[in-house]
Amino acid sequence: MFAKHMLVRPLAAASAPVPIGNERDLRLDLFRGVALWLIFLDHIPENIMNWFTIRNYGFSDATEIFIFISGYTAAFVYGRAMRERGIVIASARVLRRAWQIYVAHIFLFTIFMAEIAYVAATFDNPLYAEEMNILDFLKQPDITIFQALLLKFKPVNMDVLPLYIALLLFFPPMLWLLLWQPALALAGSALVYVLAWNFDWNLPAYPNGVWFFNPFAWQLLFVFGAWCALGGAQRLSPVLRSPAVLTVAIAYLLFAFAITLTWYIEPLQRFVPGWLSDWMYPIDKTNLDVLRFAHFLALAAVTVRFVPRDWPLLKSPLLRPAILCGQHSLEIFCLGVFLAFAGQFIIGEWSGGPLIQAAISLLGILIMIATASLISWYKHMEGRSPGSRVKSPDADLAGGEA
Amino acid sequence: MTLNKSIAVTLALGAVCFMAYLADGARAAPPAEECDIPQSFVESEIDLPRTLTEIKDKHRLDVSVVGTGSSGLAGTEGARYAYPARLDEALKAHLKGFDVKVTAHVQPKQITAAMVSGMGKILSDDKPALVIWQAGTADALSGVEPEDFRSSLDQGVEQIQSADADVILMNMQYSPRTESMLDVSAYADVMRVVAQQRGALLFDRLALMHYWNDEGTFDLYAATKKYDMARRVHDCIGRGLASQIINAAHLDAVRMQTTR
Repeated sequence: MFAKHMLVRPLAAASAPVPIGNERDLRLDLFRGVALWLIFLDHIPENIMNWFTIRNYGFSDATEIFIFISGYTAAFVYGRAMRERGIVIASARVLRRAWQIYVAHIFLFTIFMAEIAYVAATFDNPLYAEEMNILDFLKQPDITIFQALLLKFKPVNMDVLPLYIALLLFFPPMLWLLLWQPALALAGSALVYVLAWNFDWNLPAYPNGVWFFNPFAWQLLFVFGAWCALGGAQRLSPVLRSPAVLTVAIAYLLFAFAITLTWYIEPLQRFVPGWLSDWMYPIDKTNLDVLRFAHFLALAAVTVRFVPRDWPLLKSPLLRPAILCGQHSLEIFCLGVFLAFAGQFIIGEWSGGPLIQAAISLLGILIMIATASLISWYKHMEGRSPGSRVKSPDADLAGGEA
Repeated sequence: MTLNKSIAVTLALGAVCFMAYLADGARAAPPAEECDIPQSFVESEIDLPRTLTEIKDKHRLDVSVVGTGSSGLAGTEGARYAYPARLDEALKAHLKGFDVKVTAHVQPKQITAAMVSGMGKILSDDKPALVIWQAGTADALSGVEPEDFRSSLDQGVEQIQSADADVILMNMQYSPRTESMLDVSAYADVMRVVAQQRGALLFDRLALMHYWNDEGTFDLYAATKKYDMARRVHDCIGRGLASQIINAAHLDAVRMQTTR
């Protein structure tokens, strides 16, 4: 009760830009769907299709898109819940979502362990005596599995979900603050980001080291997404419409592209002045480097400019597959991680050439689309299709889409 | 009819055998004399001035190889077949009449920070003109933060350069079987950046082995307990390094001057 009172008043004042009851912004689903495809492609190391993913053309990659949109949709869904049903119900739903993701993560971990155990049992090559030390953890399954349950042991490619869980665990108070004092919340988030950089905050990982995606740094993107969903985007829209911002954004994207080129075409490296590379490198993914964040912002600014909310193509069957995948992001993300394992395995076993790699990538995406359609069909059957909230206003959008 | 059938069966069997032979041939490594190393892997715009001076002025070349497990091979004969020894032989073959000495300092599982603490002694003992520093794998295995790896590596390269020696950094092996468990890309990026910033050479072992695997020169995915392939890979890495050193230090010109 108290919480409701706290919330309602300040919100009423700022309610104009808050998208209560708005139709779902299909752009979010579209880009999250595309991000999921890109994450899948990037997770198959031996893959010619990697060349089509955005990480080769700039500083940021699909992870930024995924985390931002996840923050946006989480605020969209649970923000409404918090306004309509109060802080307790909304928090409970956020935590239930975190639990679902935790279960999904452990499920993926099991599949991963099976793969590792297979490799350990079948592979031997004196050339790789050093690299095979990575399998040492199999000698202590008791410790390893406990560490995995504690989210400290995260094999390669399994870092995103623990990050998501950590972000959701801290989301209820942040969401409350975002609804009450959005500017303060965003400033607080930026402060945590800065402090994390200055004091090397991160969570410990097993067997040693820290989380690959530092939650104290990446929360900034998540909270920024949430802030945009709760009216920030409207507040920013005059800025985004200005030609100067567009020019700066495009210039920065071109700059990032030029720098990225020098990573792949060595002779170009001499055109990068020493002071610039001294200042710029390393571009840290773990701590969400400012250059990466800025690259994402530039990308988003340009995208928003050229893909309006009512873009006719959003309703076309052409983009429907990506949108469907984006609407069931947790399931499709997990499926993508699994498919990447499987695809990598097949490519390795067959020493697959570019054609097989392309075929496997395409097949993987088709499976993702088919699964998303199936999930959609199930939800439709149960009368809870995303976007159409007519039937039951209490429909748990959060169940599958936040 | 039966004759036709038996001919057809024989032909089919023959075709299968031939295809199996071709497939096998594609996977088998080339004979030890030739290694498939594209020019782009061994050419560089960075010179090795110190190496050249030592050859020219003192008619000798001292090289120190500092590395972890993947700079050696197991077994009693391991060191003889590992790439430092192969490099020694390739350089001696090229620089006949010069006093070439490659000294390997291989410490399995040693992370870069630990290698840096031992670097001073290596530099004062060997007094090398060139240090080949293989790093990254142990750090990736131990989960050293890429940023810590970078500062250690940077510190070590500075130390070597201030001891008036050239540096070649060598990155990880390409290991497709462990790729999904051990992500070395961040560490490879760090090595590229440090090499670039410090004007050091990079021997891109990761990309070269990747290329071999793609081209079918070596099937790095294959499971085997034998040492044949490991030795051939090390031989080719040793030769590749020798070519890179010869190119970057302009040693072809040196040899021509002395033989004339």
